[in-house]
Order: sequence, then C-alpha cells, then structure tokens
Amino acid sequence: MTALSTAAVAFVLGISAAWAGTGQPTPWETGMQEMVTEVGQGVANFHTYLVWLIAAVCLFVLALILVIVVRFNERKHPVPSRTTHNTLLEVGWTIIPVLILVAIAIPSFRLLRLQLVPPQADVVVKVTGYSWYWGYEYPEDQGGFRFDSNMITETSALKPDQPRLLGVDNAMVVPVGKVVLLQVTAADVIHAFALPSFAVKIDAIPGRLNQTWFKADKEGVYYGQCSELCGNGHPYMPIEIRVVSEQQYAAWLAEAKERYAATDGSSLLKLATAQ
Amino acid sequence: MAHAADAAHADHHDTPTFWRRWFYSTNHKDIGTLYLIFGFTAGIVGGLLSIAMRLELQDPGLQWFANPQAYNVFVTGHGLIMVFFMVMPTLIGGFGNWFIPIMIGAPDMAFPRMNNISFWLTVSAFALMLCSLFVEGAPGSLGFGGGWTVYPPLSTTGHPGPALDFGILALHLAGAASILGAINFITTILNMRAPGMTLHKMPLFAWAMLVTAFLLLLSLPVLAGAITMLLTDRNFGTTFFEPSGGGDPVLYQHLFWFFGHPEVYIMILPAFGIVSHIISTFSRKPIFGYLGMAYAMVAIGVVGFVVWAHHMYTVGLSLQTQAYFVFATMVIAVPTGVKIFSWLATMWGGSIRFTAAMYWSVGFIFLFTVGGVTGVVLANAPVDRYMHDTYYVVAHFHYVLSLGAVFIIFAGMYYWFPKITGYIMPEWIGKLHFWVAFIGSNVLFFPMHFLGLSGMPRRYADYPDAFAGWNLVSSIGGYIFFAGLFIFIFGVVYAFVRKEQAGANPWGEGATTLEWTLSSPPPYHQFETLPRIADTGH
Repeated sequence: MTALSTAAVAFVLGISAAWAGTGQPTPWETGMQEMVTEVGQGVANFHTYLVWLIAAVCLFVLALILVIVVRFNERKHPVPSRTTHNTLLEVGWTIIPVLILVAIAIPSFRLLRLQLVPPQADVVVKVTGYSWYWGYEYPEDQGGFRFDSNMITETSALKPDQPRLLGVDNAMVVPVGKVVLLQVTAADVIHAFALPSFAVKIDAIPGRLNQTWFKADKEGVYYGQCSELCGNGHPYMPIEIRVVSEQQYAAWLAEAKERYAATDGSSLLKLATAQ
Repeated sequence: MAHAADAAHADHHDTPTFWRRWFYSTNHKDIGTLYLIFGFTAGIVGGLLSIAMRLELQDPGLQWFANPQAYNVFVTGHGLIMVFFMVMPTLIGGFGNWFIPIMIGAPDMAFPRMNNISFWLTVSAFALMLCSLFVEGAPGSLGFGGGWTVYPPLSTTGHPGPALDFGILALHLAGAASILGAINFITTILNMRAPGMTLHKMPLFAWAMLVTAFLLLLSLPVLAGAITMLLTDRNFGTTFFEPSGGGDPVLYQHLFWFFGHPEVYIMILPAFGIVSHIISTFSRKPIFGYLGMAYAMVAIGVVGFVVWAHHMYTVGLSLQTQAYFVFATMVIAVPTGVKIFSWLATMWGGSIRFTAAMYWSVGFIFLFTVGGVTGVVLANAPVDRYMHDTYYVVAHFHYVLSLGAVFIIFAGMYYWFPKITGYIMPEWIGKLHFWVAFIGSNVLFFPMHFLGLSGMPRRYADYPDAFAGWNLVSSIGGYIFFAGLFIFIFGVVYAFVRKEQAGANPWGEGATTLEWTLSSPPPYHQFETLPRIADTGH
C-alpha cells in the first residue's frame, strides 16, 4: 500500500517535472506554475511553507482519529471515561494554534508589503478590460500607442507555441528585468487581469484605476486568463505577455508605433487625411 | 356550552386532516418535516445542475452547453439553490424546527404561525428562483449568469432582462423567511427553555442555532439593502454601483460580503451543533469542554462579522486594509481549532459505537479540517492573490460546505431518522452511502486544489487543454458522489417498507438530550407538562 502510494506520488511528480513548461499550465500539474518574478518566488516559497504546516495539522488530526478508532471502539474499550475537562489541554490547543498563526503571519505581512508597494517603474502599461478582450496602452515615453488583444479563435491560426484558449493576436510585450507598472481599469463590467507566473492578479473595475507591478527575470511567453466572471466571453479573453530582451523590446516598440493607433489620435488623423 | 368547549379542546389534540396538517401547519415538527422534504428536493435540483457542469467540464471544449453564458446560468443556479434552498432550509428549517423546541423542553416554537409563513415564503422564493431560469437575462439568453455573488455591473448593465429581477425578489423572500425564522428561534430559545435549563445547560445544537439566528438577523438586512440598491440601479435609474453616476461597484462587494461571510457560518454552525450531539451520543461521553464549545461558536459568530474583505483581496484594497483582514481572518482558526480538538477529546476515552451517523461525523471532522487549513492558506492575501477566483477556492469552500455541512446533513438524517419517522434504517445503508460519498467527494474536490494551483480560473465553461486530466478525475468523482444519493433514497424507502419500530431511544445511554425521552415519532404535541432539568453540572 505504502509502496504503491509512493509510486503514485513519484509518478505524478515525475509527470509534472517532465511537463513543467513556463508561463502556462501543464497536464497533471499538482503545484503552482513556475514563478519568474521575485514576488512570485516569494509566493511560491511561502505557499510551500504553508503546505508543510497544513499537511502536518491534517496528518496530526488524522492520526488522532485513527488512534481513537482503534483504541476507543466499544469492543476494545467497553467502559467510557467521564472526563470532560482538562485545563492544560484546553489552554494548549488554544495557544499552540495561535503560535502557528503568528509563524504564518510574519512572513505573510512581509510578502504583502513586497507585493503592494511598487518600486520605481521603468515601463508603465495601461490595461483596460473590455467584454471580451484586453486593451493595452503604452504611454508617450514608450511611443504612445494602443492596441487590442483578442484571443485567437481558430485553432489553425495559433502559432506553434500558443496553446488553445491562451494565445492572442497581439501580445503585450515588455522588457526583461525591468519594473513594469500596470494601471488596470475596465470599460464595461468587472474583469480581472491575472498572470500566474508573475503572481499578479488585480481586478479591472469600471471607474477605478488599480495598479500592480512585476519584474520578470526570464525571457519567455507567459499566459494568464480573465479571473472575474464577466459574462459569455469570460473564458475567451486570455492574457499573453512576451518578455523579451532590451533590444527586441526596442525593435518591437518601433514596429508597434507604426502598426498601432497612437494614443493622441494622430494616426486616426493620418488615416482621415489619406482618405 | 361546557361540553362544546371540551370537544373543541379534544379536537385540538387530534391530527388535522391532510390539507390542514401540511398546508396550514403550525406544528414545529410538521414544518420541520416540510423543510426537510423541501431542502432535499432543492438539493436534487441543485445537484443536477452541478452534474451538468461536471459533464461539460469533463472534456475541454464545449459539449453540453451552447455557450459559456448558459453554463454560467447553471453555476449561478447551483450556488444560490444550494446555499438558500438546500443547506439553510435543511439545517435550520428542518433540524432546527424539529429539535430545538424538543431539546429545550418546549411544546412548540414561540410563534407557530410565523413559522408557517417562513416555510411558505421559502417555497415561494424557490419558485421565483426557478422562474428566473426561464426568462431573459443577458441579451438573447435565458437566466442570470453572473454568479451567486451577483456583482454589478455584470448584474446591472450586463443582464438587462428580467431574470435577475426574479432572482432579487427570490432572495428578498428567502431573506424575509430567514429573518422571521431567526426571530422565532431567538425568542423560543431565550424564553421557552424548560424549568432548570439555564443557558449554560442548553444542548450545543440550541447554542449553535441561537448564534446562527443572530447572524441571520444581523446580516440578512444588509443583503436586502444591497440587492434593493441593485434593483433600483437596474430599474429606476439610481447609480449606487454605477461609476458614471458617482457610485462604485466595489461598494456592492463590501455590502454583499458583509452578509456573505457570516452566511458561511450560518451554514456551518448548525452542523457544528449536530456533530457535537452525535459524537457525544455514540462515544457514550458528555461533550468535552462544553463551555469552550459554546463560546467558540459565539466567537466564530462575532469575528465572522469583521473578516468580509478577505473575499476582496484583488479589488485594490490598501496595504493596511489587507493586512488587517489577513490578521482578523486567521483569528477565526483559533475557535475552530478548539472545536475540532474538543470533538476529538470527546471521543478520546469513549466507548464508541460506529453507527452510520458516527461514520459521517468522524468523516466530517477530518474533511472539515482539510477545508479549514486551506482556508488559512487563503486568508493570507499574498498567496490568495495567486489563488483568488481559481479552483483552489472552489475546492476550499466545497470541503467546508459540501464535505462539511452536507456530510452533517446526512449524519443528522441517519441520527434522527428513527426519531422523526419511528422506523429503524439498517446501519449498513448509511455506512455504504458514507463510503460512496467519502470516496466520490474526495475524488471530486481534491483535484480542484491542483487545478487551482496550476491556475485554472473559476466559472469557465471551457479551459486550456492542460487542465483536462484533473477535470476528468473530478467529474468521475462527481458522478460517484451523486450516485450515493440513490443509496440514501433506497434506505428511506426500505425503512418505510420494513417498518421496524425504533422505540423511544435506539441509541442507548449516550443519547441524553430530551428528544430521546419521547416516543418515536414524538407525540403531535409534546411536553404538555414541562420537563424539569436536573442540576447536573457539565
């Protein structure tokens, strides 16, 4: 039995390890996606710490239940005791959980501060949630343009590295190792901008400008999905962020400035004059 | 004249005719039975909705639903029905009505006619809720698909059709029914205890119901206010939650969760009460740390009112606000731990008879612990930011509700079945049902932790292919869990066919609460001479 379960655990972990791609979920995964930001690493480590604690609590309760089932069933133990109080025990099971919670709270507050107090931003991107796609706006200092990011609906149109329901036509592109500040809002109903690999999740709420930040340490393609119920297209408005080198980013900015609409409306003007 | 008066008095003791008994009922036991039947029926409806969801999620892609909106209507219906029309009516209306008056030695509830209107308002609310599924919600589709939390603006501009108006009126009626019920329970428990039964000698189920009733009384008016503002935003041009008119969608979330968080304790506290009696009965021991148990429930109730924004860590709350709610939420783990360990200590040293009810109760203790510790994980805002709105949350609250509250509903059914019906149900039926449900529900809900950790968001009809494996496992578990219900139904029918008489107390010396001093089923009116409670200290 034990050997079997050990084998099963090894099997599951083995599969997870084999598949552990970055930036997207993998089949039969049992843990968090690989984290590529400092905050994300912090979240993953803190979660691992919590898993050990809660597993210990559950196993302790399970062990007590098993002892009770074996020792105190009516055949083994025909005469019940009448004990209904034990002050030491009662104080103990109040104090020890308090200590465990303190041991959880201290790292938790430290991590919370790291998450919520953004450092000086290198790049600011404004994110707007629409039903059902995302709009990204790069301010003047990055070139001043905006574009929409829609999910690719035809499987044949997906690039080889894009999974179904995650790949988009126009990804957000950011430079590696830079602090990216996201200003997030919504145009119609509430959406939520989420990117598991960065441990980022922030609601996009009409009438509010929320902010969050990340600093990706590794180049790659990272996927997230809308995480607040927003109607029929809720599963169909994924987030794709391409983290690229400084040079690639500069090249992309130059191209994007040509391709996408300017935030000051001048490209609309250009279009109008051309017509 | 005197003769006529005597005759009328005698009539009063007869069981009324069918129509009068079940439709004009003022008898707490009959109303309790009605609530149990109603709750079970609503549970089947809510369960079928969830089976449809599991069928859809079994494979990636859309197979059973035309579009995600239709799926979300099912998600919403499942949540609202299970909360308002299954768990609450069964635990509070059903077991509460049946056993609170008897346990405290009262002849009936304080306001029998109000008890009747509570029940029929609940039925009317359910009827409105079902109507809501068949009228237009979002343009061109039927029903409301914005989740049981009904967040605006999706619930205002997102669903212009009348479906949600039906839903809001349904919640108003269900809420009014619960408030009336809560007033009834508070009055009954505070004023109608038998001579000698002080508050500190009252059975724990009565304590649980007292705390629950206060939570209902204080939280439901806030929900009523929030959904009334929603109703006027939708229909009368107000802008409470509309930013273009100076309102704020987040205000709704604060109001909703100020109700919504106590609501989860409203669903689990009665279960805490019931499990205490079952464990004490079958361990043949008085409950361990009675006062600690009672005041742990009071503490959970009080602290439950000041933790609501832990449902809202991602809306953009400030650092200080989030830190406070992390702290306050984790505090709840302490009284909950006291309860878990006190149940274990009650069993420790006992002479335990493992009946079906005891199987479900011991299963509950373990599974509730699992659901409780994932609650501690989620209490921490930095990790919750990753888990929020993923399947990890779905796993957590189904462990505490579906494997918590629902397990105790079945434990209570198997425990009180002989008392309610007068018949014995063979123990093997309840035990078989337990094992099927235990395996089914764990196969159903445990993989959801993995799905949540790998990032799968909630309320998705279709998902990236990487999530397919655990979803398939989960669906299989769902079918197993649901199949277990047929064992229960078989057991009820079998017991009624077999008609093996239960006698006043089938559970022996451990069953010390007052319901076991009465015949099974109890007489139509009990305690015409009030019982006196002996001065036995805990």
